This record gives sequence, structure tokens and C-alpha cells, in this order.
Amino acid sequence: MLRISKHIISDIIRNKIIAAYTIFLFAVTLGLFQIEDDAGKAVLSLLNIILIVVPLISLVFSAIHYYNYLEFVELMVSQPVSRTVIIMSQFTGTTFTLICAFLIGTGIPICFYQFDETTMSLLFSGVVLTIIFSSIGHLVSVTSRDKARGIGVALMIWFYFSLIYDGLILLLLFALSDYPVEKFTLVMSSLNPVDLARIFVMLKMDVSALMGYTGATYKDFFGSGTGTLFSGSVLVLWAVVPLLFAINAFRKKDF
Amino acid sequence: MIRIENISKRFKKHYALREISAEFRSNEVIALIGPNGSGKTTLIKCILGMVFPDEGQIFFRDKPIAGSVMHRAEIGYMPQIGRYPDNMSIRQLTKMMINIRRADRNNIDTELFNAFNLGEIEDKTMRSLSGGTRQKVSACLAFMFNPVVLVLDEPTAGLDPISSEILKKKILQEKAKGKTIIITSHILNELDDLATHVMYLQEGTIRLFSTLEDVVSITGEQRLNKAIAMLMQHNFYNGNLHAKKV
Repeated sequence: MLRISKHIISDIIRNKIIAAYTIFLFAVTLGLFQIEDDAGKAVLSLLNIILIVVPLISLVFSAIHYYNYLEFVELMVSQPVSRTVIIMSQFTGTTFTLICAFLIGTGIPICFYQFDETTMSLLFSGVVLTIIFSSIGHLVSVTSRDKARGIGVALMIWFYFSLIYDGLILLLLFALSDYPVEKFTLVMSSLNPVDLARIFVMLKMDVSALMGYTGATYKDFFGSGTGTLFSGSVLVLWAVVPLLFAINAFRKKDF
Repeated sequence: MIRIENISKRFKKHYALREISAEFRSNEVIALIGPNGSGKTTLIKCILGMVFPDEGQIFFRDKPIAGSVMHRAEIGYMPQIGRYPDNMSIRQLTKMMINIRRADRNNIDTELFNAFNLGEIEDKTMRSLSGGTRQKVSACLAFMFNPVVLVLDEPTAGLDPISSEILKKKILQEKAKGKTIIITSHILNELDDLATHVMYLQEGTIRLFSTLEDVVSITGEQRLNKAIAMLMQHNFYNGNLHAKKV
């Protein structure tokens, strides 16, 4: 598998989008730390940007890359290489490069300005989100033959997780405001990897104290062993399940 | 070498292959012919395991190919339209194929590579190559690893006459080594001196599968294109060639 990933990685590194992504993250992180006097505020703004940008780029880039690499995939499929190895190499190649871009772009400035538990958790969440959304991106592109449709679906998924999902939860909260729904919203929001990442980082910050009763419930739950286990399992499932579906679909695909 | 048992393949409602059974042995050059959309490429892709038949099985050296990939190490495949990563140069591409096939660098057949003079343009990227040159690269890759089975999907389409002759000469050489070679082509004249067997597919079924000598002796025509035209006129004697002969 590594020998194929190696070819894919050496090709992606020359990709302009990856370079632009790295530079963008680097500029934003550097800029935020320069503008804000309070490092905590800078990290919070950075968190919001990362939660939007990382899923978007991971999803769309992995989908586009799969379509652009279809020639390579077709060539491999006619060679003595198993289908699982081909799609896994694609996945590891793309994900590895995206993670590197993220760690270089955000990690280096963070190391200079603010290196503590909070920023470490921020970097960790970014890496996990990259893996999850690259996995979903692969599932989308393997299952839809048409490039335009695949990228459309990828964008819809990003839109759903970043905006629509939170909106729906707020709506639900509003409608059920007469009932004690803290536990319910807690479970609901932890089903969304983006929200989970947000909570994970926020709880490491001082701002969690400002979130009032909800913040307290969250801290109670996610601070506990069960909570960590639960959120960890949700994240692992989000990364593994789409990938397994993608592998399965790829193994049955006709070329 | 390759045994096909009752395979059928359907794309949506349309049957691409319908209950195909055949056996290809060593020392045979099978000319796979038929109109566009008759299932030639689908059959080839089934043999390679790129397309999965809905029913039936294919055996390579008496082992079913389903779930295995190693049979592809013994097949050299030249696709109808070779599609390669755009940014890769010819040199990188061949290096990568050697790497992926885990082939011995000293045991590589570079005869076609040299005959086509690909060494001179080795650093050009695949994107910048013309269709014909790309076809040459495909041919080189198919022959490069000394496979026992060669599957050539319209090998000379898009090649200039000189390159076409070089390729034909190479195919004849490999034929002499006793390999199994499957060729599809629409240019029946060039199959005359290559083929030992003829398989005619139509709408996914085999209308004719017989040795070239039989086809020639039954129709009384020396040239394959005339023989096939005559057989088509007589509707392949309803699939029973020998009935006519007797």
C-alpha cells in the first residue's frame, strides 16, 4: 500500500490547492495572533475559522482529487493490486497531505505564539476533522460517478454539518424550551463531528465558564470518563464508517 | 489458460453480455470482433476483473479470478483508450509500473519502447502526448512484463502505419512464444495473419467461435473481412458452421 501512497503523495505535494491551503492557514493564524493582544481571544477566533475551513477543504479536496485521479485509479485497477489497497492508498495519501498542510499552516505559528493545552487540543481537533471529512469525501466521490454531482453532494454535506445542523438544534431547543432538554441537546450536538470538536476545544478554554448552565452540563459530561469515551467513539465512528462504506462500494465498482 | 463459464453482465436493463462460455488456451490468438457495443470490451474487462459479471465465473489457470488479483500479474493489458495521470512523464510512469508490479528491472521487455523511439520523449508529461503516442505507451506497458496472456483492445487504432507494423511484428513474435493473445479490432485485414481463432460477438452473445481455418474453409474466402461478411449474410448458418460444410 505504501508504494502506491508514495506516488500519490509525491503528486499531491505539487498541487497548488494544497499550497494555497497551507499559506492561507499560516497567514490567518499569524494574523490573528498579531492583531489580538489577548492570546485566548485569538485562539477562539482561530477555532471558529478552523471549524469552517478544515471540513470544507478536506471534503471538497478529497472528492475533487478522487475524480482527477480517476485515470490513475483505472490504471491501477488493471494491475495486480487489490481494490482495497488502491482506495486505502488514495485515502492515506490525500489525508496525510491534508494533515501535513494543516499542521504546517496552523502548527508552526501556534508553536511560536501560544503553545499550551488549548492550542494542542485545537491542533488535535483539526487533524481529527481532516480525517473524518476526508473519509466522507471519499465515500461521496466513490459512490457518485458524476464529478459535478459528487462535488455538489460534498458541499451539501459541509453545509449541513457547519450550518444547518446547528440551526436545527437551536430550533429544537427553542421549541422545547419549557422542558429540560440539556441532556438531549448534548447527545444531539455530539453526533456532529464539527460541534464535538468545538466543545472539545471550548472546554479547555476559560470561556466555558461563560456558557452558563449549558456549559456546566457540558463540562460535567465531557469532563467525565464516560463522556470522553463517548465523544471519542463518536469521532472514531465518523472516521471509520464512511471509509468502510467507501471501500465496500469501491470493491464492487465496475471500471 | 482462461475459461469463461456462463457469464452475464447487465448495465441497468441492457445486457452487455449474455451467457458467454468459452475457453482460451496457450498458443492461441483470438480475434474478438463484432459491431460497436457488442460487448467486446466488457468481456475483456471481465477477464481482467475490472468489471464484475452478474452471473457466471471466469477461471485463470483453473482458479476462479473472483477475489484474487494475482492473475493480473500474468496479463498484459492494452486498453482501448489509455488514460494516465496527466502530470506524470513517460519515465515516471514506467518506473512506477515497474515498482507496483514488483518487476525485476533487468527482466523487462523494452523492445517496443526502443522500436517506438519513446526514449527521446521520455521526459514529456502524459498530458502533452498525442493520442497515438499515448497508444504507443500503452502498448509498451502491456508487453513490458513478459506476461503469458496479452489482452489488446483495438491495439492499432490511432497508430500510424509504421508503428502499426512494428506492433504487429511484436504480436507475431509473442505468438511464436506460445502465448495466449486476445485482440479486438475493427480492421479485419490486419487480423488475417495474426489470428488463429475468431470470436464474433453480437448484442452480448457469441455468434461464432471457431478456428480461422474453419472459417476460411467453410466460406471459401481467404480474407477474414470477406469471410465474415459472407457469414453475416447467411446469418452464421444459425450458429452451426459445420452443418453447411457437410
